[in-house]
Amino acid sequence: MRNRFMLAGLAAGISLLTLGAAQAVEIEYWQYAYDTRVAAMDQLIANFEAANPDITVKQTTFPYDDYQTRVIAAKAAGQGPDVLQLFYGWLDKFQSGGVLQPLSTTAFPHDQIEADFFPIVTAMKRGDDYYGLPTAVRSLALFYNKKLFEEAGLDPAKPPQTLDELVAAAVATAKHDDAGNLISEGITLDMAGQDHQWWREVLTRQFGGVPYSDDYRTVTYGEKGGVEALKFYTDLQTEQKVGQTGFMDEGQAAFRGGMAAMTIDGTFRLGSFRTIDQFEWGVTELPANADGLRSNYASYFANGIGSSAQGEELAAAEKFLAYVSSPEAMQIWLEVVGELPARKEAALTDTNLADPVLAPFLKALDYAQTTQFVDEAGQRQVAIDMANRVLLEGQSPADSVAEAAAAEQAIIDDATK
Amino acid sequence: MTQGATLSDAAPKGRVWDRFPIRTKRVIWAWAFLALPIIFYGWIRFYPTFQAFWISFTDWDILKPAQFVGLENYDKLIHDPAFWKVFRNTFTYLIIGAPVSLVVAFAVAYYLDRVRFMHGFIRALYFLPFLTTAAALAWVWRWIYQPVPIGLINGLLAQFGIPQQAFLKSTTQALPAIMVTAIWAGLGFQVIIFLAGLRAIPQTFYEAARIDGLGEGAILRKITLPLLKPTTVFLVVFSSIGFLRIFDQVYNMTSNDPGGPLGSTKPIVLMIYQTAFSSFDMGYAAAQTVVLFTILLIVSLLQLWVLRSR
Repeated sequence: MRNRFMLAGLAAGISLLTLGAAQAVEIEYWQYAYDTRVAAMDQLIANFEAANPDITVKQTTFPYDDYQTRVIAAKAAGQGPDVLQLFYGWLDKFQSGGVLQPLSTTAFPHDQIEADFFPIVTAMKRGDDYYGLPTAVRSLALFYNKKLFEEAGLDPAKPPQTLDELVAAAVATAKHDDAGNLISEGITLDMAGQDHQWWREVLTRQFGGVPYSDDYRTVTYGEKGGVEALKFYTDLQTEQKVGQTGFMDEGQAAFRGGMAAMTIDGTFRLGSFRTIDQFEWGVTELPANADGLRSNYASYFANGIGSSAQGEELAAAEKFLAYVSSPEAMQIWLEVVGELPARKEAALTDTNLADPVLAPFLKALDYAQTTQFVDEAGQRQVAIDMANRVLLEGQSPADSVAEAAAAEQAIIDDATK
Repeated sequence: MTQGATLSDAAPKGRVWDRFPIRTKRVIWAWAFLALPIIFYGWIRFYPTFQAFWISFTDWDILKPAQFVGLENYDKLIHDPAFWKVFRNTFTYLIIGAPVSLVVAFAVAYYLDRVRFMHGFIRALYFLPFLTTAAALAWVWRWIYQPVPIGLINGLLAQFGIPQQAFLKSTTQALPAIMVTAIWAGLGFQVIIFLAGLRAIPQTFYEAARIDGLGEGAILRKITLPLLKPTTVFLVVFSSIGFLRIFDQVYNMTSNDPGGPLGSTKPIVLMIYQTAFSSFDMGYAAAQTVVLFTILLIVSLLQLWVLRSR
């Protein structure tokens, strides 16, 4: 311990001596490993280092499944990153655990944040402090395979706009073999993917309910809407037989492989779907209900500053965070990853709004909801189990939704007690 | 080593150290060398074990300092239906997996022992899966179990007009489907050990038995199986512990809904992993670990007692 103080003193002395020379600060940036995100960040780091020769940024990535564990373990070991990416839904855990430090109001004034970013940025606020800023936001849309639409005699320029049209298109495009096995899906069913968000924030509302109370502390989908929404969802497999959970392992894989006519997925899938060359695909807004009500689920990964960053590292981290949430960085992120800019001026440009792929996602930001998860994986598991009870065990949707509501309420109560 | 050094340094040369007889010196040196691995092992193995017992009485979540909560975690465990489900699953893996794998492995070894033609090649084929990474095996099997149009088994079934099976997506078939993979993956090792055990039985016993006119069945019952007992005891304990700790296969074959639909394949180790590393509820996870430790201890002791040599 004493040695460490002496070393620190020595280091301080040396740094005073070399004050005249350029000071090289190295800061560490963490995000999870995903090819396009890493490539985009490499590009941003190169630009940032060119503009700030005295700062170097070291990017470290971990597999998504390990990412939270790594961050928390690093915090416990006192070796956290200076800037790190986090899902908005992890904020409660990271903030209460002291992984993050609040953004200084001088470097990031609140009124500017709230004026420039889409309103969902407030999900990064706890008390009076912001704990991070998003580069990009993501929303959901309906992807459809134009080739399969044409083969089924549907107009590829007119994707379904209502739930009834969705079911009709799915019925028209689904293919079965002689034994009745599904060999090509009308629409993918994958609760472990994005379908739980579709059911929670979109279908439940479209069937007349509200999934949670305003503060997201009380589960309300059990009262109204949830049951009908689940029945609509599971009927796609059990009644219309146009989709099947686990078909081709994952919904996105089925769509990519040209074995599914439609899938609901997010902006983050654009980068991966753009490499499809066997068929043309299109994107449209999530279908409305019969009354024209639309909803969507928007989410984002934000970048925050680690609690261990101090002094010149903190200053460098703030500079870096400001750059990665700048309009320029958002444009690069949009081009490389395909995610929508989190600032309104960068997102709602004429070019973006005229883009047939981006427009449906951008329109959704107007009416999108952002679920405040306390335990994203746990709450998702509740939805997966809920659908499985109906699909595999023949439980009635009403009983299954009631059981899910109780289980999810327990998770929320446990996390907020 | 340090002990040796201090002993020789402490006393002037030619006094205390030289007065020890050579026997004592050897013992001291032996202990000095042994101390290193013992201390190291104790530090990386026993210390964390005792630490786990302590953590199981706290509410530690990595981020905040641990608070002593007494038996609260164990109380929660007893009243958690999810725990009893994984408890049942774990014992299903053990009670079906271990005997089936042993019987199959013995049958393979027993007949392979008599095969001279391509003996080495066949043995290698059985052993190959054991050398392969469990995760890679699990992903191949995951693909084999898929529904049509990509699954191998279901593709075959469909060609014969047999309805496809849900396998990993079913609450009843998923656990047996994973168990088959686990048995197959461990088979090679058990076959090799059984083969070695069979070879160790002196041929003269068999010759004597045949001269006395014993049939093959009687030879198997009266000579082979009793003399194979040490091998069997080892494999029973070894494979039981393996099935109680099953994780890789389950985790990799059902990673998009970890533990299978509605937790139907989830073993206790996967529950510990999820409690610890996705919910970060270390205290509760430690309590589950202590339960697993106790089960392993009891099962191993019980087996050693049942199969003890009289």
